[in-house]
Amino acid sequence: MSRIQARFDALKSAGRRALVPFITAGDPNPGLTVQLMHGLVEAGADIVELGVPFSDPIGDGPVIQLACERALKHGTSLGDVLAMVREFRQRNRDTPVVLMGYMNPIEVMGYRRFCEAAAEAGVDGVLTVDMPPEEMGELSECLADAGLDPIFLVAPTTTEQRMQVICDHARGFIYYVSLKGVTGSDTLDVAAVAERVGRLHRMTGLPVGVGFGISTADKAAQMSQAADAVVVGSALVRQIQDNVGDDAVIVENVTGLLASMRSAMDADAAATA
Amino acid sequence: MAKTTEDMQQAVDYSKFPDSEGHFGVYGGRFVPETLMAPLAELSEAYLRYRNDPDFLREFDTDASQFVGRPSPLYYAERWSEKIGGARIYLKREDLNHTGAHKINNALGQALLAKRMGKKRVIAETGAGQHGVASATVAARLGMECVVYMGADDIQRQSPNVFRMRLLGAEVVPVTSGTRTLKDALNEAMRDWVTNVDDTFYIIGTVAGPHPYPLMVRDFQTIIGREAREQILEQEGRLPDALVACVGGGSNAIGLFHPFLNDASVQLHGVEAGGYGIDSGKHAAPLCAGKPGVLHGNRTYLMEDDWGQIIGTHSISAGLDYPGVGPEHSWLKDIKRAVYTSVTDDEAMQGFHAVTRTEGIIPALETSHALAHAEKLAREIGPGGIIIVNLSGRGDKDLQTVANVEGITL
Repeated sequence: MSRIQARFDALKSAGRRALVPFITAGDPNPGLTVQLMHGLVEAGADIVELGVPFSDPIGDGPVIQLACERALKHGTSLGDVLAMVREFRQRNRDTPVVLMGYMNPIEVMGYRRFCEAAAEAGVDGVLTVDMPPEEMGELSECLADAGLDPIFLVAPTTTEQRMQVICDHARGFIYYVSLKGVTGSDTLDVAAVAERVGRLHRMTGLPVGVGFGISTADKAAQMSQAADAVVVGSALVRQIQDNVGDDAVIVENVTGLLASMRSAMDADAAATA
Repeated sequence: MAKTTEDMQQAVDYSKFPDSEGHFGVYGGRFVPETLMAPLAELSEAYLRYRNDPDFLREFDTDASQFVGRPSPLYYAERWSEKIGGARIYLKREDLNHTGAHKINNALGQALLAKRMGKKRVIAETGAGQHGVASATVAARLGMECVVYMGADDIQRQSPNVFRMRLLGAEVVPVTSGTRTLKDALNEAMRDWVTNVDDTFYIIGTVAGPHPYPLMVRDFQTIIGREAREQILEQEGRLPDALVACVGGGSNAIGLFHPFLNDASVQLHGVEAGGYGIDSGKHAAPLCAGKPGVLHGNRTYLMEDDWGQIIGTHSISAGLDYPGVGPEHSWLKDIKRAVYTSVTDDEAMQGFHAVTRTEGIIPALETSHALAHAEKLAREIGPGGIIIVNLSGRGDKDLQTVANVEGITL
């Protein structure tokens, strides 16, 4: 059983929803990433999503674009990101790690070489924003051979027919993009999201996470009513952006925000239980 | 017996490319965030419906003739050819189109498609500003809202075009992320499209991007090659020995080349921006010095580092300053149907001056790259040969750049 599935099974029996924070590896500097990952886990993260910085992140808003630029200024490569996961695994064997990024670094490293190295480092899932299932080709096989879960986005524009194709290719969980837009946008319609997540649940036994636009503890709690997991990215990364140069404040603010989301989600779950 | 390259080329049925998913061999395809998959499918469906629709084609042809001024002349550059002392060089005068470049052919086609699809807002990216001006122009002509994304550095070096776009009613949005040039403008336009997907049509300016753009833009630009083929047959009674065009994304080149792909005797030469020289690393020549990868929705040759990050490019011409290239060019390179070479900033400047002084035509700096290569090629092919160069745009927009390079204050 994959670490991701094991984590969702355990949460399900406990009646809890997964909280999935995102940070960009190497932001604000490569030295802080592993410490931040551990901090996120202590603050209540169930899965850690680690962004692989890319020079041209077309699916991301300004906050994560700048995170990529900060990480790339330090030369953070896909190889460095895998080394960070390996280091994280020395102290944490249980928390799933999902890499989120764009196709080209994987393309250049080579599918098989990347998948083997990622699995060896302790990565559990891979989400490539600009790789739809139709273009997966050999990557599908390489991920499967390495025991890595391919995570796919489903968008508000995704047709019912494509939803099924995506569900058929996905493992681990499905990531529902809660709005039309890039990461860090700010218009959420909880009822519409709940309706789409419901449709996905009827198509697949996989858990469904929701992300994009979840910036506060309140929104995290609301969204956790509708989905199996809540993904938070830009709101956390903004805390990094606003405090570049002060690593201690960054760790405090990022983990503080995540902890507040955790308590809001758990309070909500307790209230409805 | 092993097949010769020529045999293999003749065996290729070029009309079958791209395939239904937009692939040219391993290149092309559709690598975009999930939110754009449905709109791209909608666009493909609409385009394939109108692609051969007589009513749509008639509307395009009417505007091409009455608004753009087509057909553009095929002009024999007699004095320049004689000065070089080699092949006879013909110039396909796309600089004489309305707005001064080939870009209008495609902007017109896509805007007419947007109108049929009921989209009221068009967006575009631009490097030198030629595609932005073309898009703003057709948007004004059709009464559409237009937003153009342009790298902040390009806005600096192409200010007359920025003013032109604003006069035409377009909003020009400076892009300050990344390298502040064309690739970042494309990123920002994609983000706009992801966000405003319901009412917005994205007019991509070159034969790159996700399927169906490389196909669609090529189709709208092949009017160049179709006319040139007829014109040269009429004027010279035979096909040319070679075609030459500059390649940034590669839309003017594919527009000229495509109608000649089946003519195996016609050599196709694409000319990339060599910047300060390929060895300097400061250039924009992915076909000459890059590797395949995935960027802006398609697999193609790219300028990238060892870990797949896209690297900064340099060219004297903003329109060629792009780290990728249309996927069909990548494929034509691999199957050896076309050859790709590069010329430096300095060589392009020499080409610029030569044609300006001997023919009375001020070419764009992009085009000047093709002209510089044509001069070498004309000597190689020698007297009796025929070359067609795509004179893809006029140079008015570049006067400031040329003055700066030569230390002249205007």
